[in-house]
Amino acid sequence: MERLVFLLSTGLARGAVLALFALSLVIVYRAARVVNFAQAALAVVPVYVAFAITSATGSYWLGLAAALATGALLGTVVERRLMRLVPQDNPLAGIIVAIGLVMVLQAGLAIAFGPDHRPVHAPFPQRPLEVGGVGLMSPYDLFVLVVAAVVMGGLALLFNRTSLGLQLRAAAFAPETSRLLGVRVPRMVTLGWTLSIATAALAALLLVPTGLGLDPHAADVLFVNAFAAAVVGGLDSPAGALVAGLSVGVLVALVTGYASAAAAPPAVLALLTVVLLVRPQGLFAAREARTA
Amino acid sequence: MTTQSRTADSPPRLEVSGLTVTFGGLTAVDDVSFTVGDGETVALIGPNGAGKTTVFNAVCGLVRARRGQVRVDGAPAPSSATGLLGAGVSRTLQGLGLFDRLTVLENVLVPLTGTSPRRPRRRTPGGSRARALGLDTARETLAALGLGDLAAVPAGTLPYPERKRVALARALVTRPRLLLLDEPAGGLGPADIDRLAGTVRDVSGAGCSVLLVEHHVDFVTDVADRVVVLDFGHVIAAGTPDEVRRDPAVEEAYLGVPAGTGASEETA
Repeated sequence: MERLVFLLSTGLARGAVLALFALSLVIVYRAARVVNFAQAALAVVPVYVAFAITSATGSYWLGLAAALATGALLGTVVERRLMRLVPQDNPLAGIIVAIGLVMVLQAGLAIAFGPDHRPVHAPFPQRPLEVGGVGLMSPYDLFVLVVAAVVMGGLALLFNRTSLGLQLRAAAFAPETSRLLGVRVPRMVTLGWTLSIATAALAALLLVPTGLGLDPHAADVLFVNAFAAAVVGGLDSPAGALVAGLSVGVLVALVTGYASAAAAPPAVLALLTVVLLVRPQGLFAAREARTA
Repeated sequence: MTTQSRTADSPPRLEVSGLTVTFGGLTAVDDVSFTVGDGETVALIGPNGAGKTTVFNAVCGLVRARRGQVRVDGAPAPSSATGLLGAGVSRTLQGLGLFDRLTVLENVLVPLTGTSPRRPRRRTPGGSRARALGLDTARETLAALGLGDLAAVPAGTLPYPERKRVALARALVTRPRLLLLDEPAGGLGPADIDRLAGTVRDVSGAGCSVLLVEHHVDFVTDVADRVVVLDFGHVIAAGTPDEVRRDPAVEEAYLGVPAGTGASEETA
């Protein structure tokens, strides 16, 4: 029982990071209708920047701010200078370009910083807190949950309660109609990338202290699990990304705790397969397809 | 052929002169001229393939004119969506073009979030106040069209007549000075057409000019100040609904010919 409570609580914290990363995939999918296979590589670059800033200044918070800024900048530049040039009529073209981008970024990081793991320290202790003799999540896990909740709440407000958010949603649902109504659709696509990569960078930054450390592939497994979560949630649904991200996080924690870490990836794959068999459009997908 | 309804002291709200549009070797619209004055409602009618929608699209900048001009308030009509909104021109979209997953209120707010300098929110600084202004305008427009109770409902779940009214509300929310309506009565029942006619009269009574493309002859007779009849890309008649009805050329091309004979003549 104690073990279950511990695994559930840490699973929620891991799940929050997954949900955040899955949300970043949903944001870019909505804006640009691409599954961005370069998301992990794009998310790790800002973490290296954060690592460098934190090493130089000793401040975790400056590093965090730098990661967000770098992620936003990177997302903007990649959309404006690369993805915008990719032909839109063939969805494969965007995927191939993204995979090429992964190779360039990961090789570039390995050349610049070396392929080794760099230990990254968390800003809060990572020993589990004990409540009534039962080990729960660590203060760092709690921090991760709070940050994820604040960011997701902020994004929900932005998308649902502001004029800009309405334009982002309109452009995502029906770009041509939005254009005729005066929405600057290309700008909304860029902004989608900006928000997406900044969110992904934050998720990667939160993840790294709980893993082996920072290396060019540090977010690869996060991407795979978050992609599974995003698809389970419906790829087009922020709520789906949240629920599925938390679920996958708990699933991974439980399987790792009761079986082995090696059993976690097949378990995620099994969940994905079952959902795709039962409900191919994902759990939270809207019925209608995108219109003109 | 040109129709005039205004004195020449100020340019008409919309002036189409010598408009010619070709698609490849086919001349879809040939030397079409007409005007729409302040607060005037003009209907473009004609048999299928007469070029009504092409004229409409040329006015909206969606198709390029080979010759001729489209002027709004004396200036060449902008061809971009934002430019048209900025010039006070608003249109309903073919196939309605609603955002099914957005609420009725959100659908109507979208044109206010855009870049039109005529949107109310530009005039006052401050984000929340500006947004409140947009919301007020949208809510007023919905209420005026009897959609106030449906504001929070996703547009995709509404029946067709309501969806059509949402599309009209979205065109009206920018407070246009020239409203372009593409078959506004299409697919509506008599009660909804009556309601629509009332709305069009209200809009034009408030000084907004209306250009509509429409098949429904009774509706056109009801709301239009003037009718321009197209056939094979040419203006074959123009005038008040009554004048046009009595015009033998119109009778021959369109109005007076029973549907059965019309169809057989077309295939002949």
